[in-house]
Amino acid sequence: MIALVDYGAGNLTSVRKALAAIGAHVWTPAVPGELGRAHGIIVPGVGHFDATRGLTGDWRAAIKATVADGTPLLGICVGLQWLFDGSAEAPEVAGLRMFKGTCSPFTFPVNARQKVPHVGWNSLSMPRPSKLMAGITPGTQVYFTHSYAAPVIDDTAAICDYGGPFSAAVERGNVAGVQFHPEKSGDAGLHVLSNWLDLSRRSSGGA
Amino acid sequence: MLSKRIIACLDVRDGKVVKGVNFEGLRDAGDPAALARRYNVEGIDEIVILDVTATVEARQARAHTIAAVAREIFLPLAVGGGIHSEADAAAAIEAGADKVSLNTAALKTPELITTLAKRYGSQAVIVAIDAKKQDDRYAVYARSGQAATPRDAVEWAREATDRGAGEILLTSIDRDGTKAGFDCAMTAAVSGAVNIPVIASGGAGTFEHFADVFRDGRADAALAASIFHFNEKSVVELKQFLSTVGIPVRI
Repeated sequence: MIALVDYGAGNLTSVRKALAAIGAHVWTPAVPGELGRAHGIIVPGVGHFDATRGLTGDWRAAIKATVADGTPLLGICVGLQWLFDGSAEAPEVAGLRMFKGTCSPFTFPVNARQKVPHVGWNSLSMPRPSKLMAGITPGTQVYFTHSYAAPVIDDTAAICDYGGPFSAAVERGNVAGVQFHPEKSGDAGLHVLSNWLDLSRRSSGGA
Repeated sequence: MLSKRIIACLDVRDGKVVKGVNFEGLRDAGDPAALARRYNVEGIDEIVILDVTATVEARQARAHTIAAVAREIFLPLAVGGGIHSEADAAAAIEAGADKVSLNTAALKTPELITTLAKRYGSQAVIVAIDAKKQDDRYAVYARSGQAATPRDAVEWAREATDRGAGEILLTSIDRDGTKAGFDCAMTAAVSGAVNIPVIASGGAGTFEHFADVFRDGRADAALAASIFHFNEKSVVELKQFLSTVGIPVRI
């Protein structure tokens, strides 16, 4: 069972639909205590970093405890950003601090301004092998929609470039995140979600 | 590099895809879910469902259409036409839409843009602008091109952006359904005035028209309907063409 954490940040329909399409059983836990029976946890998110305020102390503690037991965690979009220290979008809201760094707005040279948000299909490069991005070839395009981005760090598993490189995917141990929307990225996106689902199946002993 | 998006528009009425010339004389082009499935295979980047005759009573029927299309594709899905209130938008998003497109409702109640942007994020709010050239300006029309408004497309696009819109869908009423090419001058004027993506619509007839609107029109995405529906031009061939002339696309 995959726990899809609903903290009021909009639309879970697409993520739920994509997970169902690859054979995952998904539920939305009503209270943090339910996370104990999850074989994998997904923190979705679109919109503003401030919405992660909804992930109160109880949720943070429960997510951290479940992850410490080896359960895979996947953050999507703002969910990835939340795994970092925080974001300039809402500096007073702390991230989960699983990855080092702060998310920042896109910056462009004066003579090469581009539209913000970064909306649409952009290509990936993989700085190192990872479980999450296994089978995704360099140059594969996935769907993004965001105005802030996470820095490239040692744990970066995929890089995208928009006015400069940023983390399109991160992975360390059983903690992972994607800035793009795998549920909206066609076959490539479903492939990444399947990779992650395989990890959750392994962690649960094949359930 | 960020790709230029090719978006297929499904103009839906009573659960069927239709497409008109200059918004009139709609003709039948089939089942929305079947078309969405074909586009997905052909590599379309995004789908927009425009329920051109939506009414309050039609909200339920629209939700069925959205859900049927959303089941077929794992691509961004936008829904417009008949989104008049926060409740309409919520129903569309719950049914599986990622974005809602506001047109007449945004002109009547501009605050709705901000309300929806706060609730779902700007990325979920498209403001659709139907406009035609009048003297030296681009006049905005409401009600599917039927009702003139005092607004200018460039100024309205700026205001919509300030109010929280995440994208502008700009349709040329003069070109819509004519296959005479996009209105590149109008698209460039709006795209240059705002810092959010602009989707050009109305007039697609040849592959060159798409290249023109990406280059001269500075469009971030281009939308077409009938050119794709009747197998006149395949999405695959269009993207191959754009790629050979140096326009970044997802292949």
